[in-house]
Amino acid sequence: MPARAEISRDEVAHLAELARIDLSDAELDHLAPQLSVILESVASITAVAGDDVPPTSHPIPMTNVFRDDVVRPGLTAEEALSGAPAVEEQRFSVPRILGDEQ
Amino acid sequence: MSTTELKTFEEALESFDPAMGLEVHVELSTLTKMFCGCPTEFGAEPNTQVCPTCLGLPGAMPAVNAKAVEAAIRIGLALNCEIAEWCRFARKNYFYPDMPKNFQTSQYDEPIAFEGYMDVTVPVEGGEDEIVRVAIERAHMEEDTGKSLHVGGATGRIHGADHSLVDYNRAGIPLIEIVTKPITGMGEKAPAVARAYVAQLRELIIALGVSDARMDQGSIRADVNLSLAPKGAGGLGTRSETKNVNSLRSVERAVRYEMQRHAALLSSGGSVLQETRHWHEDTGITTSGREKSDAEDYRYFPEPDLVPVAPSREWVEELRATLPENPTVKRARLQAEWGFSDLEMRDTVGAGAFGLVEQTIAAGATPTAARKWWLSELARRANEAGVEITALAVTPAEVAAVQGLVDAGTINDKMARQVFDGLLAGEGTPEEIVASRGLALVSDDGALGAAVDNAIAANPDVAQKIRDGKVAAAGALIGSVMKEMRGQADAGRVRELILEKLA
Repeated sequence: MPARAEISRDEVAHLAELARIDLSDAELDHLAPQLSVILESVASITAVAGDDVPPTSHPIPMTNVFRDDVVRPGLTAEEALSGAPAVEEQRFSVPRILGDEQ
Repeated sequence: MSTTELKTFEEALESFDPAMGLEVHVELSTLTKMFCGCPTEFGAEPNTQVCPTCLGLPGAMPAVNAKAVEAAIRIGLALNCEIAEWCRFARKNYFYPDMPKNFQTSQYDEPIAFEGYMDVTVPVEGGEDEIVRVAIERAHMEEDTGKSLHVGGATGRIHGADHSLVDYNRAGIPLIEIVTKPITGMGEKAPAVARAYVAQLRELIIALGVSDARMDQGSIRADVNLSLAPKGAGGLGTRSETKNVNSLRSVERAVRYEMQRHAALLSSGGSVLQETRHWHEDTGITTSGREKSDAEDYRYFPEPDLVPVAPSREWVEELRATLPENPTVKRARLQAEWGFSDLEMRDTVGAGAFGLVEQTIAAGATPTAARKWWLSELARRANEAGVEITALAVTPAEVAAVQGLVDAGTINDKMARQVFDGLLAGEGTPEEIVASRGLALVSDDGALGAAVDNAIAANPDVAQKIRDGKVAAAGALIGSVMKEMRGQADAGRVRELILEKLA
């Protein structure tokens, strides 16, 4: 039996808030059960993963892929800012920040 | 801003035991960023050290800087940590425009270094230094964020700003975050222990050569976690986290302030809110920041774009062999070598000038001269300018050169001070400043002889005393000659001339 993976409506509401997605009550009612179904489907994988299959975060068993500490050309400020909706003083202009620095 | 209630420091200690946790972020001085080849120079024009990776553009892939991993391992080893045999990067997800990716690449439950300690030498007022072992929880690799400029607010802070301007030059610069375990049982020593820990950690980082460790430029930043528990009850109370405390003195002050603030809250039946606080250097207080998110709200997960880091034991041992002498051991060795008293040594370290004095001596100055200039003259100027002594625009080599000029009789101490004025004003090398400011001492017998003759003529009584053998009276004549020569006479030569003439 796959592990039961349920996600509550409250959890979905909390995740939506963390992801800055504005969901209405109707959307939460609709999406929470759907997400539960998706999680259950994914959880069925655990049924076929025996003790001989270790959990992994990367499909290729590689370690220590490093880069030498050598400067490479990047973008000019003009290029970097070319896609920005608003620019001021050669900086990305962003709307007033609610909340706080990390 | 409403006034925050405070207990006195003594009242706080009567009823509570403080516990501290210190998080220090060290910005590495690698040539390039943590995950891309952009340069890391401080003070470049905005958004000129950026590329698709550090701007978080779609499709850009990170690649780990080997030098940064090496620095992380060396820091871990110097802090007596174990080095992970296998660890991963993780995404810390949050929405804030200082990270354009909407996550910071960090490490979560698999730090590269863990379970270490540092023996911290804590100065005790009027007593012998005390050694306190601070346990290190972990040191992990992550990346710095961009710099935000808040526009429209009265003070440049977030509150009241209409919009913010972001420069991503700093985004992606390698950071090592070093976290202590809770430091308990320190009582009244807590603020001094916090300061001594950060100071010694900074020395260690400089000795390792992995960062320029400039607190004033933010290349070392301390976050101070503090909580109080009822006296003798054990356990840990609710903590506050004071962010970005950017000088050693402020680390000490922030601990004291938070102890007093917590004590007032708890004594009046209130509770401490688990939150981040902002430290205000000017007023010496903290103000409320944001409520601290739970770790799970960051939805950490292993970074799928990077493979694990698995330092071989051979590599770790190679790096261990490159570690500099332990700073505590080194300090004791050099104190003996330099002939400094405990107090002189403590003052030198306390002024943040230990490394500067060491380098000045290495550049040829005597220990006494090196200490004299850094601790009297230059510490005062740093204080006046409100900067760390290491941030002064005077190098150890220049101090040694100035002392060299004094020893050679080219200038005297008074002129040396003017040379320091010139160095701080960026007027060139000590030699150039001596020339451009016309500071050289006159030791030419012709010019001096005339001045000595004038002094003897003007002070016949004094001259007679010297003729009678009262050599100490020569001081009055030397003073008179110096006055005539506007301080630019070689006092030693003047004295010789006076004694010759009155023999």
